[in-house]
Amino acid sequence: MSKVALDTLSVKLSQPFVERYFDRSGAEWGVVHPNALVEVVSALKHDPGLDFKLFGSMDAVDRLMLPEPHPRFEVVYLIRSIPLNDVIRLKVRVAELQGEVPELPSITPVYQGANWWERFIWDFYGIRFRGHPDLRRILMYEEFKGHPLRKDYPLRGRQGLLPERPIKDIYRGPGTSSVV
Amino acid sequence: MENAPDIEGELEAHLQSKNLVINMGPSHPAMHGTVRMKIELEGETIVRADPEIGFLHRGFQKSCENVTWAQCLPYTDRLNYVSALMNNFGYLSAVEALIGLEIPERAKFIRVIGSELHRMNDHLTCVGAVGLELGGFSAFLYAIEARELITDRVNELTGARLTTSFGRVGGLNRDLPPGWIDKVLKTLDKVAELRAEVEGLLTRNRIFVDRMRGTGLITTPDALDYGFTGPCLRACGVNYDIRKQHPYWVYDQLDFEVPVGQNGDNFDRYLVRVEELKQCDRIIRQAIAKLPAGPVIIDDWRIALPPKQDVYNTIEGVMSHFKLIMEGVQVPAGEVYHCTEAANGELGWYLVSSGAGHPYKVHVRAPGFPILAGVPRMIEGKMLADLVPTFDTINMIGGEVEQ
Repeated sequence: MSKVALDTLSVKLSQPFVERYFDRSGAEWGVVHPNALVEVVSALKHDPGLDFKLFGSMDAVDRLMLPEPHPRFEVVYLIRSIPLNDVIRLKVRVAELQGEVPELPSITPVYQGANWWERFIWDFYGIRFRGHPDLRRILMYEEFKGHPLRKDYPLRGRQGLLPERPIKDIYRGPGTSSVV
Repeated sequence: MENAPDIEGELEAHLQSKNLVINMGPSHPAMHGTVRMKIELEGETIVRADPEIGFLHRGFQKSCENVTWAQCLPYTDRLNYVSALMNNFGYLSAVEALIGLEIPERAKFIRVIGSELHRMNDHLTCVGAVGLELGGFSAFLYAIEARELITDRVNELTGARLTTSFGRVGGLNRDLPPGWIDKVLKTLDKVAELRAEVEGLLTRNRIFVDRMRGTGLITTPDALDYGFTGPCLRACGVNYDIRKQHPYWVYDQLDFEVPVGQNGDNFDRYLVRVEELKQCDRIIRQAIAKLPAGPVIIDDWRIALPPKQDVYNTIEGVMSHFKLIMEGVQVPAGEVYHCTEAANGELGWYLVSSGAGHPYKVHVRAPGFPILAGVPRMIEGKMLADLVPTFDTINMIGGEVEQ
């Protein structure tokens, strides 16, 4: 699966992949260099031999608690081709440098479907997408501080807009924002 | 009298007007209670629309990352609460793909039957709700009566009407209840009658067709670009169904067709759903006819809970039970992307395991998320009244979109 597409891309563009490997289901992944990302997805969409027109989804993984925590973030791209009946699995690694917001080029100009997923990743992982037309939070509210799916964000890190009454949770102790 | 021409001029003067920004929802019946649409109107024409979501956000991913693989199952019910079984089975299949597990044949057939019952549920809700919101209350009542029958069968199968939590990693937690098959067959007959009533009320109804045809239009390239899947994509004329393209469970052994539309408008989306209802009926009847005997869950105590008599009478049974309940299924480290065809499109799971008993990352590609992202494209420049049927036929489910 997706071998043909990854091979074609390797031939067409010069060294777009940092690494290629197989996952648990035997599908092949291509780890793309951040600088080559927009070029790779444009080729995927516009190359007549590839024709990856159906945008699947995007998400990120925070590797903080994994045995190899560097670079910290991985952004995952899943794009489909109907003529090839295939899904291409791409991944970009982003490091978190001291005091800087991790950043990637946006692919929204290529796929409109990436718009909301990039907003989602910004909202939950705090990865900024350069060139995104409207990078706002999507599910959380604007007043929310931090990025809740990062592994260092506490599970019960509630940030109510209105003060909460200190009702005790009988299993996990007090559950208000003032305690966490 | 010399002022008369001026008065005349004032009467003919153009009225000052400005664009009006209104909020539709989140507590608006047509917004299904969860979406706020910020709409800029020029007269009755929508100039700009901005859906704001997140009112139903529950931290699905964060919750899953902090419980065992099996404990995520009840969270998946709440994603698409109209067709919970499809979420349950989709999630379990993804976990099984991550482990590299093959489930028993009978379990696969029962998963197909359950999924198709809930696909009918989902389409009936959607079709009925379109009728309701365009003013045809009776169509809704017929659809809901049919849905109620299906919900009763699901209740008998799983013990719950909506939050089914059915199935376990490696198969199913219980076999079909006695006499259930006959009830399902009777239900299908009754549902077919009710579906015919709904169709009779809507499909050739002049008012309904006028509101639906040519509204909520999306072109095929746009639909692909946004990531539309399921009935919304097929209504654009793209023959794409994961059950056919990448058959999972036993869909390759069953004979069914994938209805495809032409225009990508509301009416085609409605027709595709009605046609899929008939195909679901076919699939369920075939699956019931072919249903093999045998176990419904694998016999591997590292993954599936041992039978109760073994738990009470053998030390191995107690140990396996204890380990599975306290530590959860030990899923090997790695990652996988697995998808199934849910009622509204591709339900994809990207799972990452660190080798511990709980998921490291659970990404869910809810079919409604990209479709809702495409709604502004479908309604901008159109009349405000077209928003209601458009929002209905895409069948966005707040639970899965807002996680």
